[in-house]
Amino acid sequence: MYVELKNINKTFNGFQASRDVSFGIEQGQLVGLLGPSGSGKTTILRMIAGLEYPDSGDIIINGVRVNDIPASKRGIGFVFQSYALFRYMTVYDNIAFGLEVQRSRKADIRARVAELIKLIGLEGMEKRYPHQLSGGQRQRVAFARALAPNPQLLLLDEPFAAIDAKVRRELRAWLRETINKVGITSIFVTHDQDEAIEVADEIIITNAGQVEQKGSPVEIYKHPATPFSAQFIGQSRTVENYAALNGFEHVAGFDRAIVRPEFIDVEKRGKRLMFESAAETGVVESIFFRGNLSELTINLGGTRIIANRALEAEEVAVGEEVSVLIYRLYLYNDSAVRLAENVLIRDVNTVFI
Amino acid sequence: MKPKAVKKSATKYILIALAVLFIAVMLAVPLATVLVYALRQGWDTFAAAIVDPYAIKALKLTLTAAGTTVVLNTFFGVFASWAITKFRFRGKQILTTLIDIPFAISPVIAGLVFIYVFGRIGWAYPFLQAHDIKIVFAVPGIILATIFVTFPFISRELIPLMQSSGTDEEEAAALMGAGGLRIYRKITFPHVKWGLLYGIILCTARAVGEFGAVSVVSGHLRGKTNTLPLHIEILFSEFHLTASFAVSSILVAMTVVILVLRNIVEYRVKREERSH
Ligand SMILES: Nc1ncnc2c1ncn2[C@@H]1O[C@H](COP(=O)(O)OP(=O)(O)OP(=O)(O)O)[C@@H](O)[C@H]1O
Ligand SMILES: [Mg+2]
Repeated sequence: MYVELKNINKTFNGFQASRDVSFGIEQGQLVGLLGPSGSGKTTILRMIAGLEYPDSGDIIINGVRVNDIPASKRGIGFVFQSYALFRYMTVYDNIAFGLEVQRSRKADIRARVAELIKLIGLEGMEKRYPHQLSGGQRQRVAFARALAPNPQLLLLDEPFAAIDAKVRRELRAWLRETINKVGITSIFVTHDQDEAIEVADEIIITNAGQVEQKGSPVEIYKHPATPFSAQFIGQSRTVENYAALNGFEHVAGFDRAIVRPEFIDVEKRGKRLMFESAAETGVVESIFFRGNLSELTINLGGTRIIANRALEAEEVAVGEEVSVLIYRLYLYNDSAVRLAENVLIRDVNTVFI
Repeated sequence: MKPKAVKKSATKYILIALAVLFIAVMLAVPLATVLVYALRQGWDTFAAAIVDPYAIKALKLTLTAAGTTVVLNTFFGVFASWAITKFRFRGKQILTTLIDIPFAISPVIAGLVFIYVFGRIGWAYPFLQAHDIKIVFAVPGIILATIFVTFPFISRELIPLMQSSGTDEEEAAALMGAGGLRIYRKITFPHVKWGLLYGIILCTARAVGEFGAVSVVSGHLRGKTNTLPLHIEILFSEFHLTASFAVSSILVAMTVVILVLRNIVEYRVKREERSH
């Protein structure tokens, strides 16, 4: 493990922001810390950087316990949520700052800054001040500034939060590529699951100061380990009385279930070719155009669920009764999650969407 | 915006008129009066009052006291605001409140405090006497009193500025290994320099004109511990009306210069704020 946190606790004036946090990160990985607002993501990042000190527990970087090493000596690159560019310095001086602090030779500084400016694609903008840059450009300067002194670990706090949706997509891809190219171990914070799933090699889900689950995006998606993960990931909706659904039986100890759009198939009534007996009848309550598909809210005997329907499929209308086939559910209680398949679908040839 | 502005124009002009009237009565007329009275007995009398050795000594003392005060208060203000905005420590709230005391307290009381500490009846008197140090009724007392009265100006200017700049930039610099001094020089200072200058100007204006506290500790020794405001008061109470107005005009002139500087700085501050 390159970075390791062991039983970290942190309290701010009686409020526990980190609760027994433990995880490890392999060298060269790009890890996403994903969790709702206030779940303690920034706190974890700041403790790794040395901007905040844990009350108990160990932080180990590259085999060395760094708890008592000040931030300035840890050799970590940090990209702030607000970028925190030095506003009275030019792009060049911003990027050169860390190198000047290290008293590198002038020529080396110039070469390194030029290299980074090329990397972030801002050639010709060296003399600009941060307020003369767009949000995306600022973000990239912040990134270059953090990389300049060749840190062994890069921490990014919501690197895309302040950027509009379209540019964010481009930057995500760019960041992923660039980090791979540089080969630096990186941890980034986000509360956007699409972002985490798209960018990260590994995702760590945080909730209320605790680590809920750590795994690859696919694992997190397919095998939520805790009720929180199951609810947090995907467009999950809770179904209270799941035993009433066709094909599902009550499992002792599990009173509620989660259903995601990708577990659901919607057909017009009478058009379903197979498993009609395994399906339910629901009423379309609203239709929401999502660009590449439509999102339907369907009332299933009082429970609202969300389903997706391809744009090419025959249109359904609000108020229409439709046939709803639920392939599977995540059953959960306060401490556990388990998968339940629709028992009326026995045909192994079924292709799930 | 436009139609509303037209409708509101009556209110607007009444308000403007009131403001102008108020400033005219309270400020412009008195200031003009100073000049008129100063020149009433002709240029020669005016010049004589100004080049009077005691007046010149008073001017010099005022400049010395104000200069020393501003330098010391600048140091104090910079460090205090730095401590308050960039670090977390116990008693910070109390320190912040204490800094404001001179604004709330009457200058006469400030003067009396120094008399009680350093004067003949003060607890530090035996020590000062033994080491032959004179504070009260001497220049150091005047400087101390002026410092006391004016020390909040600079930190009050700096604290909000430094708070608004946040600690992010400093943290970013610290993470890259920069030391405290480099961080201040490269990051904090450029951010607050115009505010600092503004505070210095306000502090200067107040230091030059300070009367109450200085009056208590000065002892009014002509040519020794008389500052310009005290000198003016003495001239006035001895019925040298024209002379007192002539000397006053020096203070007025200084004030005007300070005001102009203030406006220039304020303009610069606004421009900086707009562009960042
Ligand atoms: N310096 C502090 N003093 C007091 N409480 C703090 C401090 N820093 C963080 N907290 C609290 O700790 C909790 C976790 O904060 P943190 O900033 O780590 O959340 P986050 O997961 O980064 O949230 P967001 O996604 O909104 O940035 C919050 O409830 C916050 O109020
Ligand atoms: Mg945060």
